[in-house]
Amino acid sequence: MNSPDYEYLRKLLKERSGLDLSADKQYLIESRLLPLARKAGLSDIPELVQKLQAGSSALITSVVEAMTTNETFFFRDKVPFDHFRDTIMQDIIKARAGRRSVRIWCAAGSTGQEPYSLAMTLKEMGAALTGWRIEIIATDLSQEVLEKAKAGVYSQFEVQRGLPIQMLMKYFKQTGETWQINPELRAMIQHRQLNLLQDFSHLGTFDVIFCRNVLIYFDQETKINIFNRLARQIEPDGFLVLGAAETVVGLTDTFRPIADRRGLYKPNDPRAAAAKPADAAAAPRMAMAGR
Amino acid sequence: MKTCLVVDDSSIVRKVARRIVEALGFQVIEAEDGVEALVHCKKAMPEAILLDWNMPVMDGFQFLGTLRRMPGGDEPKVVFCTTENGIDHITKAMGGGANEYIMKPFDKEIVLAKFQEVGLVAREEETAA
Repeated sequence: MNSPDYEYLRKLLKERSGLDLSADKQYLIESRLLPLARKAGLSDIPELVQKLQAGSSALITSVVEAMTTNETFFFRDKVPFDHFRDTIMQDIIKARAGRRSVRIWCAAGSTGQEPYSLAMTLKEMGAALTGWRIEIIATDLSQEVLEKAKAGVYSQFEVQRGLPIQMLMKYFKQTGETWQINPELRAMIQHRQLNLLQDFSHLGTFDVIFCRNVLIYFDQETKINIFNRLARQIEPDGFLVLGAAETVVGLTDTFRPIADRRGLYKPNDPRAAAAKPADAAAAPRMAMAGR
Repeated sequence: MKTCLVVDDSSIVRKVARRIVEALGFQVIEAEDGVEALVHCKKAMPEAILLDWNMPVMDGFQFLGTLRRMPGGDEPKVVFCTTENGIDHITKAMGGGANEYIMKPFDKEIVLAKFQEVGLVAREEETAA
């Protein structure tokens, strides 16, 4: 792949999805896009780029989806789900004892393993959540990925990575070589298509936001922008959960890490966070007043 | 070093399993069937047993029942590893005292995930993305 082609793809992906590929990710592009090019009857990446430049919007969508779809598995990294059960939910059960409802957003829901892992964790909590209204909203950029998440059908390989056998027995139904998650758990989750670069204020506010392993693909400016907008969708006593390689530290003061709970963040007091831009806006006026 | 007993009548599967389990830091002993596996267990209980279901002489399920009635036989973590991938077999195995269940074909990722699940292998703090 020559460098104008690579630059074209980088720019396209940046604009469409926010994906920020460094200059050395040719292998990633080739491994993901060559199969796609072949499927579209094209012989190589340069031909694919030509076709994209000619403005094939269906192909552009496929390219963006192929590059942004990430491998995932049930209870990925395990620890965040322990924190979810033992820290986040314990806190919420106390704090929301009056209204008995919890809203959770999986902001990179992918093929459904993460939202379903949360749903299973909540089910396992049993009586502690009896009578609670639980809403889990799972969003992803890719429509194709969302369809898979909605169906909740997984291969034998997929259900053996991270999913304890007891959970498989309890929450899945076997159909031939595949396993489908139970209707009761599927009904706990709403799947919606969403690009994190675009406005998401219509989703409302959440008690918990899982946003794992997606921000790593964005550049610093985009990350800060997303954090600031996430802060507006989270309850003042809510929780943000990030991936193992992600942090807010050094990027934004809208969230702060929770000590000894890796990956967990709390929103900072919105008044304190809001004070900064207000001060900045007020400054010129004050200067004028002083004149 | 922890020991893992690999019980399978296929020498190819034993070889593949040995390579994977050794890479996870176990010393590996092999057995071709349940009877041979019991001989090893009487000598010294392994920490882990990777167990096929269908084998001549004594199958995996019979072996598991006998093992769990032996003195110290409740100690090893038993992970089935079999082509029997039906829910009926899984339910029977777990009811019979197995700790985890792998449906063949398997790879290193699956064995690692299952060994972590039963506490045979420590989880990394958190795997980087």
